[in-house]
Amino acid sequence: MDNVIRRRTPGARLARAALYAVLIVAALFYLLPLVIMLLTSIKPLDEIGAGTLLALPQHPTLAPWITAWGEACTGMRCEGVGGYFWNSFAIVIPAVAISTVVGALNGYALTKWRFRGSELVFALMLFGCFIPFQVVLLPMAQTLGWLGLSSSRAGLVLVHVVFGIAFTTLFFRNFYVAVPSELVSAAKLDGAGFFRIFWRILLPVSAPIIVVSVIWQFTQIWNDFLFGVAFSAHDTQPVTVALNNLVNTSTGVKEYNVNMAAAMIAALPTLVVYVLAGKYFVRGLTAGSVKG
Amino acid sequence: MSALEIREVRKDFGSTRVLKDVSLAIDSGEFLILVGPSGCGKSTLMNAIAGLEPVTGGQILIGGDDITWRTPAERDIAMVFQSYALYPSMTVRQNIAFGLEMRKVPKAEREQAVERVADLLQITHLLERKPAQLSGGQRQRVAMGRALAREPQIYLFDEPLSNLDAKLRVEMRTEIKKLHQRLGTTIVYVTHDQIEAMTLADSIAVMRDGHILQLGSPDEVYNDPVDMFVAGFMGSPSMNFITATLEGQLGDYRLRIATPEEQELVLPWPADRITGELADHLGQPVVLGLRPEHFSEQDARLEGQQEGTLLEARVTVVEPTGADILLRLPLGDSEVTARVGPKCPVAAGERLALRIDMSRAVLFDPQSESRLA
Repeated sequence: MDNVIRRRTPGARLARAALYAVLIVAALFYLLPLVIMLLTSIKPLDEIGAGTLLALPQHPTLAPWITAWGEACTGMRCEGVGGYFWNSFAIVIPAVAISTVVGALNGYALTKWRFRGSELVFALMLFGCFIPFQVVLLPMAQTLGWLGLSSSRAGLVLVHVVFGIAFTTLFFRNFYVAVPSELVSAAKLDGAGFFRIFWRILLPVSAPIIVVSVIWQFTQIWNDFLFGVAFSAHDTQPVTVALNNLVNTSTGVKEYNVNMAAAMIAALPTLVVYVLAGKYFVRGLTAGSVKG
Repeated sequence: MSALEIREVRKDFGSTRVLKDVSLAIDSGEFLILVGPSGCGKSTLMNAIAGLEPVTGGQILIGGDDITWRTPAERDIAMVFQSYALYPSMTVRQNIAFGLEMRKVPKAEREQAVERVADLLQITHLLERKPAQLSGGQRQRVAMGRALAREPQIYLFDEPLSNLDAKLRVEMRTEIKKLHQRLGTTIVYVTHDQIEAMTLADSIAVMRDGHILQLGSPDEVYNDPVDMFVAGFMGSPSMNFITATLEGQLGDYRLRIATPEEQELVLPWPADRITGELADHLGQPVVLGLRPEHFSEQDARLEGQQEGTLLEARVTVVEPTGADILLRLPLGDSEVTARVGPKCPVAAGERLALRIDMSRAVLFDPQSESRLA
């Protein structure tokens, strides 16, 4: 704790035990919403009304999940959130890919090919990170109209790319600042040009920051609601908007189990990305630091 | 025709002029060292030659061609960087071959070139490794190999040894010299280490504040410095500067050094070293430059046969280096360093008789710091 080696007294052991107890309780507390969502989503509707929130299901069922995926009503239609789930992927994947690539090129140009005013460009880019979404809703709607991209997936991709570039540029710029510029000088003398140097020298060492950029962009865009609700038509809605519609559609009894299952479906991809890529991210960081 | 010629090159960063009309020329196969304290413009000059920094004015010619406005790739030069700048994602083999690959050299030829350099630098067993798996000395070799593979007209070395430990630095220094002797390459080499400059160079350019103060052979720069800065910068321990008064008449000059504790010391200035400028400084203070090796201990067996003026002083510090002993002793208003033989039986606080070899002494103007004689 304080980097002093000392004999473990019973008091110290007790303090350590208390510390762990507090941490475990806190961890459980944070896990609670997820546990409740999962439990509720596999309970039949009558059990939800009868038992407490934390009661284990007597007759576990996957029916709410199936309903949520393919049958639940989101507004006028009753097709579940499945179609919107794929909508989200169709928006998120190109948006993440494009914003990451552009951010990487921006970061590379801003650090290794400094030009007059490059610091100002970077400052303005940084400013882009702080622009509230609401401010751009109307101008963006107008712009998408002019571009003929209103209510389309391509339009949403464009919006997310434009907003994401500020962040991805920041990530890559800060990463490439630490890459020695002599590498670029050496490659220039060896006869490589702008894109060749990027592709052959910088990109191969960028794995850690690519992972950071992908995780960030994926969760941001997947979880986006405001742009999704403002710039999509019925058949191009992302899953977050569909989930909202599903929960707000009132036809008779509230099907909490279906709502929870739909919420789980909507949250699953970001959870998976964190679990899979998060591990790789940490590995990438430590590998980089050892290489130094 | 010179292998490399620099004509009145200027470089401004904003309103600061970092290179002030620098001109120099070197022949093919020559080893030029740019030396000077940090901030003197030597690295900027190197980057200008490489094409990494555009110059503000002047011309740079390689083999007679004006390359001032060509890109680095079009200049036919290779550079060894201080940090080695090896491409971290590539193996040693790929690193060495990269420049050839960019120049669209066929694969078979590339392989041949890699083998040739690897053999030359004894790094064949490292070819499949990544830079992160190499030691500092090995990285240094690979960096040189990458430069050698392309066989350019001019090699630039930017403080290539400064990241190595002392022992390795000396080894690699010898290695670079051997390589130069064997391949007869034209090299421009930047360093702030005056020993590297002395040992490696065919010619040395001593730089300060964006100027080349002196361009000459190591012998000239060391024994015939143009001013106090060059004299003090080259040599370790550095030259002693002693304030003295120039006395005498035409053809017979003496230097009078006021010593606080003892009687005054009068040193005759050698008759064959008299220059016209000295007459203007008669009766005025001058700065006498004496290198530590211009002192030698009085040898009792050679009594009366030794050249030079005798000085007797109380030694304040004794620093044995193994090969010789460095002594600190007061002379005039300052303390000087003298280099004597390793067997010299002297301890701190003792009095010692030393001879001063005035035939190699130099004189400077204390105001302008320029050389008088």
